[in-house]
Parts: sequence; C-alpha cells; structure tokens
Amino acid sequence: MTQRTLLRLAWQSILKNKMRTLLTMLGIVIGVGAVIVMVAVGQGAQAQIEAQISSLGTNLIIVLPGSIAQGGVSQGAATFNRLSIQDAEKLKREGTTFAAVSPVVSTRLVVIGPQGNWRTSINGVSTDYFTIRDWTVTSGAIFVDADVTSGRKIAVIGATVAKQLFPGQDATGAQIQIGHVPFTVLGVLVAKGQNAGGQDQDDVILMPYTTAQTRLSGNVRIGQILVSTFTPGDIPAAQNEITSIMREAHRLGDGADDDFTVRNQTEIAKAATSTTSVMSGLLAAIASVSLIVGGIGIMNIMLVSVTERTREIGIRMAIGARGSDVLTQFLVESIVISILGGIVGLFAGYGGAMALAHFTGWNTVVPPSAVLMAVGFSGAVGVFFGYYPARKAAALNPIEALRYE
Amino acid sequence: MTSGGVADSSRPVIEVTNVTKIYRMGENKVFALREVNLKVFPGELVAVMGSSGSGKSTLMNILGCLDVPTAGQYALDGVRVDGLSRNALADLRNQKLGFVFQGFNLLARTSAIENVELPLLYDRTGRWKDPRALAGEALARVGLGERFDHQPSELSGGQQQRVAIARALVTHPMLLLADEPTGNLDSRMTVEVMVLIQELNDQGITVVIVTHEPDVSRYAKRIIELRDGHVLRDHPIEKRRSAAADLAALGDEVIASPAEVTAP
Repeated sequence: MTQRTLLRLAWQSILKNKMRTLLTMLGIVIGVGAVIVMVAVGQGAQAQIEAQISSLGTNLIIVLPGSIAQGGVSQGAATFNRLSIQDAEKLKREGTTFAAVSPVVSTRLVVIGPQGNWRTSINGVSTDYFTIRDWTVTSGAIFVDADVTSGRKIAVIGATVAKQLFPGQDATGAQIQIGHVPFTVLGVLVAKGQNAGGQDQDDVILMPYTTAQTRLSGNVRIGQILVSTFTPGDIPAAQNEITSIMREAHRLGDGADDDFTVRNQTEIAKAATSTTSVMSGLLAAIASVSLIVGGIGIMNIMLVSVTERTREIGIRMAIGARGSDVLTQFLVESIVISILGGIVGLFAGYGGAMALAHFTGWNTVVPPSAVLMAVGFSGAVGVFFGYYPARKAAALNPIEALRYE
Repeated sequence: MTSGGVADSSRPVIEVTNVTKIYRMGENKVFALREVNLKVFPGELVAVMGSSGSGKSTLMNILGCLDVPTAGQYALDGVRVDGLSRNALADLRNQKLGFVFQGFNLLARTSAIENVELPLLYDRTGRWKDPRALAGEALARVGLGERFDHQPSELSGGQQQRVAIARALVTHPMLLLADEPTGNLDSRMTVEVMVLIQELNDQGITVVIVTHEPDVSRYAKRIIELRDGHVLRDHPIEKRRSAAADLAALGDEVIASPAEVTAP
C-alpha cells in the first residue's frame, strides 16, 4: 500500500467521525498550545532580563572593592576599599585587551535647577564610560578627554533628572547647582529605563571624574571601575589581565588575597537568568502534562475506534491485509490526528501568547523552534499513544473479527 | 478476464487431505471437522450443504485461508497452506481467493468503487497498475457500471452483494468462496445473484458456495453434504437449474424492491 493511499485512508476515516476527531484533537491542541504559551512566557522573561543586562553595557567587566579578612573572618564586600583613580588610569595605560576603561566616582547630592531641586546619583566618569555603556545624548553633547583633564564643571544629565528639573524644556546649556557648585548642562542622555534590579538608570548625572572627585566627593577612593572588551571572547583574558595589573598596582605579594573583585556581565546575567530558566522549564513541564493527557485521549479514542471497527478490520484481513497493514493504518490515523492537533495548537499557542502579552503586558517570545517542537512533540505523542491500539487491531483474529457484531 | 484458466484442469484447485479441526472449549475438545477429504477441480461450482454445527463454516474458514487445520493437509492450487504464517496466509487470500459473505461485508461510508479497489491496494506483487480502472471494470462486469460513487447504504441488498462479488473478482482469483451469499436476500435477488455466479462460473471461475438452502444448491454442479464434521454425501447434480431461466420465468411477477425500481 503506498503512502499516499495510507494517508488517504486515514483522512477518510478521520472525516467519517468529524466530531470525535475534533474532540480528540482538542486535547493535543490544548497541550501543544499550553506548552507554547509557557515557553513564550519563559523566553520572553529571559529576553527581557538579557536586554536589561546588556543595557548595562556590552562585554562589560566590573572591578569592585574587595573584602578583607580580619582574624580569619571575612568582613564582607567593600569593607576595605583600595580602588583609586590611579588603578583605573593604570588599567587604561597598560591594558592590551580592553576596549575602554572608566572609573566611577559615585556620590548622591541635591541638584538645584531653575524650577526646583532633585536628589540624584552623581557619577564621575571618563569619556570611555559612554562607550562602555553604549550611551549617547538626545540633545547637546557628551564631554571629551580635554574636559576630563581640565576638570571642567560640566554635566550630562539623565532623562529623569532632565524631566524633574527642566520639565518640557531642553536642558542643554542651562545652569544647575550640584552641592553648591555651579555646573553647565552639556547634554541630556538617552533614556535607558529600569535595570534588572528595578532601579531607574536615568536618574543620574554624569561628569568628568576629575571634577567629581575634586569638587564634590573629596574621597580618593572610588566605587567601581568599568572595563569593556572588544568581543565577548576576550572577557576571560581581560579578567586575568585586570587581576594581574591590579595586584601589581596594589603591590600584593604571592600569598596575599585579592583586595578587589572582578565580575563580568555574563556572570551577572547568568545569575539573573538561571532563576527564570528554571521557572520557564517548570512552566513548560507543567504544560507538557496536558500534552500527555491529550495523548491519553488519543489512545482512548483509538481503542474505542478499534473495537468499533473490528468488523472492518476483519474484512480488510479477509481480502488480504496483513497485520502490519492494519497496524500502519491505525498508527497513521493517530499520527495524522495528533499532528493536525499540533499544528492547530501551534496557532492557538501563538495567539494565546499574543493575547497574554496584550492583556498582562508581559513580554512573550514564541521561538522559531516552536514550529518544529509542536509538530515533533505531537507526532511523537501520536506514535507513542497510537501504537498500543494499532497493535491490538493488528493482532485481531480475522475469523472472530468478521463475526463481530 | 477469466482467471480459473490459470491452472491446468488436471490439478485440483482445492485438495483437502485428512483435515481435522479441533476447538478447545475449556476442558472439552470439540471436533469441528474429522478427517475430511475433498478435491475441487478448476471450473467446478460446488455447494457445501449442512445444518448448523455440521462444520461447514469451519471448512469455509480453512478453505479461505482464514484458519489452519489442527491435523491434515490443505493445498490451494498445489500450494500447501497448513503451517503458513499469518502474513503468508494474508497474501494468499489477497492473490488467490475472492470472498463473498452473507452480510455483504462492505466498508460503510465508502463508495462502491473504493470498496472494490481495496484488495488491489493490499497487493504486494505490484501486478495491478491502475486499481481504479480495474475496480471500474469489475463493477461493470457485475452490472453496476453506473453506481461507482454510491455508498453501501444507498444500494439495495442485491446491489450490495454484487459490489461484494466485484470486490472478490477484481484480483482475478483462483477460487470464489461464497458463504451464504443469498442468506440476506429475497427470492428475486437470490436468483439475480445466482445468475451472476453461474455466469462467472461459465467464464471459468471455480466457485464454492456454503449454503443451507436447497434452492440455492440446485444451481451448483456438485453438492457436498456435511454432518458432524464428516462428509456425508458428495455427488454431482444431474438436473442442474439455470438461474437465468428461473429469472426469466419470474418475469415481473415478483415486485422488485424500491431501490431496484429507482435503478437506472
């Protein structure tokens, strides 16, 4: 029997019982649809977190103050800050694998504008900072190396600060006071939104680190140094280089622990995404239970169908169908039902994911592999749950099958 | 279109030697057939008669390669059937046998032409190039040339049985086995079906009919009577009736069934 004939026979038999076929398919439709919606939610959450993390900057490495142990007890992170501008400058000067290096001198101060005041984060950075964080301005300009060298009193303000101090106006060129020091607004940054931790990244003012240190913070220690590499592949080498340069800068002997911490973005991303991937895996696993229930539905109906069509099976055997012909016929039938269900479920899942995104505002992403997954899974369900009824049909005794009423 | 002529007339189509069939019902052994010996030669039209329990159904199942004997030998067209596998039996049924049943046994909700085509689709020898056309020819041969697309429920009993005969003929079998072919038909349709069977036999097809109706058996050339699993009598018929003549004699006196009336 040719494959076309087999498919035609299966199709005929499916059409003969439209309502029953539809109800059987529904189980697979719901199963596949549920899996796709859950995968879409999981992928969406992951994509969102990845986007947030990459908004920190590309190929980013962060050098943070280290912890020290006193009398064998670790004092926790940043208990002893020895990071300095000189470390950042040494990294910039000696590094061979870095694309950009910027110190971050952080403080929080009240900023006074013409129409009000606002307390915000002040970050003193180098021009590399804009490269590292892939950040530009919507109006005005960013500062240049000469501004850093000369310690000019200029500031590039975040979108939130601009909204608070200059609602509805262009802040470029305006004067503001930061901790009683007058500054000129050089530009307004592009809005980045919240970071993975929910903090507003636009509530910030950037200025040359020289200015920040001498005019505002007065502290020789700095909060962090940001380093970026050219490609993600350079990150491990860059981390090693940072460690060796920093140990040299801090004159640490062979046995001494690092007094700084080097973190890369991948580690940060991994920590954040591992939770969501566990969650989305769990969701998909729960959803796939419904796929199994759908498969059991197919098995159930196929068993009923085999009993109901015992006489038909007997006739087919009498005129020369082998057991394998009967087996194939029923197997093809259950596979066709379940793959059809899978295809309908694919569209249902796609629609469900869109509707969910529309009504809840969640980010949902249906991965392209969902098409393969839907067809593959439903086909596998068809084979797995169709085999037992098909084998039962194939094993019937033709005489008894013919006599069956 | 003849197929019985495939075998030479000296070799029996059916050769049953000392066949015994025992069914086990719990502790008891039931002898359905006891050492039956039987030969049927090409071109014969044999009626197997007997009351229920005589073993004629069991004999039919064995002749039809649906069942195998407990002891003894059965050769179909010179090929030993006892001891063959399920698949080999299925292939034998497909290639050498045509079945006609009492209850027609057509696939429901399947058109006449698709029913007739079915045995060709299960063929594994690749002999049949155009199943649809062959099925059409077979339907034309039984006089249903214009009813290809009708489903069994849209046909009269006589027409359904003719579709079943077309299905049995389509593979050009060695042997046509008919199990109570007229059991569900009224007297006129019975005669009509017997006209067809006699015609086919005249064209060379070997036919074995199992029946308990003496009227039907009189259309055969030879009668084998079974009782309690034995062959009681095996004799030729001297005054064989012609179904065609009987049909002509019936004329219009028997009212045809409604479906027959609407037939074109």
